[in-house]
Amino acid sequence: MQNYSLTDTYLKPFDAGQEIAIATKDLKVFYGEKEAIHGVSLPFERYKITALIGASGSGKSTFLRSLNRMNDNIEGTKVTGQIMYRDLDINSNAVDVYEMRKHIGMVFQRPNPFAKSIYDNITFAPRRFGEKRKAVLDELVETSLKQAALWDQVKDDLNQSGLSLSGGQQQRLCIARAIAMKPDILLLDEPASALDPISTATVEETLLRLKDDYTIIIVTHNMQQAARISDYTAFFYSGTAIEYDETRKIFTRPKIKATEDYVSGHFG
Amino acid sequence: MDAKQKDKLATGILYAIAGIIVLLLASLLGYILIQGLPHVSWHFLTSPAKAFEAGGGIGIQLFNSVYLLVLSMLISVPIALGAGIYLAEYAKANWITDVVRTAIEILSSLPSVVVGLFGFLVFVLQFNFGFSILSGALALTMFNLPLLTRNVEDSLRQVSFAQREAGLALGLSRWETVIHVVIPESLPGIITGMILGAGRVFGEAAALIYTAGQSAPALNFSDWNPFDIASPLNPIRPAETLAVHIWKINSEGIQPDAAAVSAGASAVLILAVLLFNILARFLGNRLYRKMTAES
Repeated sequence: MQNYSLTDTYLKPFDAGQEIAIATKDLKVFYGEKEAIHGVSLPFERYKITALIGASGSGKSTFLRSLNRMNDNIEGTKVTGQIMYRDLDINSNAVDVYEMRKHIGMVFQRPNPFAKSIYDNITFAPRRFGEKRKAVLDELVETSLKQAALWDQVKDDLNQSGLSLSGGQQQRLCIARAIAMKPDILLLDEPASALDPISTATVEETLLRLKDDYTIIIVTHNMQQAARISDYTAFFYSGTAIEYDETRKIFTRPKIKATEDYVSGHFG
Repeated sequence: MDAKQKDKLATGILYAIAGIIVLLLASLLGYILIQGLPHVSWHFLTSPAKAFEAGGGIGIQLFNSVYLLVLSMLISVPIALGAGIYLAEYAKANWITDVVRTAIEILSSLPSVVVGLFGFLVFVLQFNFGFSILSGALALTMFNLPLLTRNVEDSLRQVSFAQREAGLALGLSRWETVIHVVIPESLPGIITGMILGAGRVFGEAAALIYTAGQSAPALNFSDWNPFDIASPLNPIRPAETLAVHIWKINSEGIQPDAAAVSAGASAVLILAVLLFNILARFLGNRLYRKMTAES
């Protein structure tokens, strides 16, 4: 594999009229001494799906996990730079991380439902945050499961364990659980990589529907998936955002050689 | 010999080894029960022991064992939970944590006689608790804590990191995630560890000889004020347990029916541990199902 220049980049500028949900400024991530992300500045437009693509180890997942500060929990990790969300730098120590995560939800690579009933999986966090009214919780379970396209399959037995579902259903349960918090932004870290093609298609349809209400940022290995569902695509290479543009352009007329080689399957 | 035959041979050997273990346990259990059960009666279970004549029971010793077990678990379980949670969830990977872990490992291999003598010096003499249930319970805590802590830590670590991330990503604090997500999932492992610990406590004699004492003063079972000296609940009274009683009868018993009492007490001890295990497992499963919706 040839080495590509890390300075030869193209990042699409956004117009003033476009509403930005969250933006990073010179975001760097260090694992111990090693700099894994080299100062990435990306804005993400509201109510759009943005895909982060790149080879394994390109830093796309690390970058995504910084956005709701999940890297805080990994010893030896340091994140510098700014993450601007609603005029607030959420990468600052003064920010209440737990409160912030209610607004920026996350779905992980491997489905990780709690060892609780489907109903409790969804209502657990809202109840912790003080919602005790049964009718409201019931309603929440139904709407989130419907949004995640899981309601019809599980409505007859909401008391069964979340772990008794199939992999694809578990992942949609995790999506339902995340959107039950009514977040602004939904981060998805390769949500379909552990799923079969049919479950993947269902998850993709779910995401396309969710875009009306949520800003979605999704890391994916699967370029077809990025092409199918995303509005914007950022190509990561070696801890740097090399190219960021409308998905259509990235996949048809990429401006940078590295992007072109990656999307046409020359490496990765 | 081809691979298939080798496999058969190896399987056969493993079966044989497992069989020997089962046989050993079954014959031991069978022997104790066959020897002991004929002597077990309601009278035997409820009446006090007699020092010089036949016909004594084990009522007080049995009660002492149960009370001591409850008391020592009340002390050690919360500490073990706290220490285990700290080690599994919060402790940073540095030398202090390593020292704590090593200390726990060394403590867990300490002979119970040593723990007993330590308890004698510290609780009985230094703290002036005398030969008492309290001294015994504290000594048993020393004896039990390392294994319980280790067990809690291991059980928590069994729960995948993804579960913790799921909780954190929903805006829950680390503590809430541990209490409401991680602990319910690791409950079966934690309960199994508690049962094993309880069994050890129930059957322990050496550590109690020097701490809870070897005498069982008469108790007034209608007096439940823990501050009265004859009350069964008084934690500052000397309390010979069932296991200590068995040891004592066999080493210096002068009752004409010493052998029979010893056999009966042993059978009761084993049955009590068994009963306790079954009960704890049943309750643990119910609790786990309730918390996890697993059927």
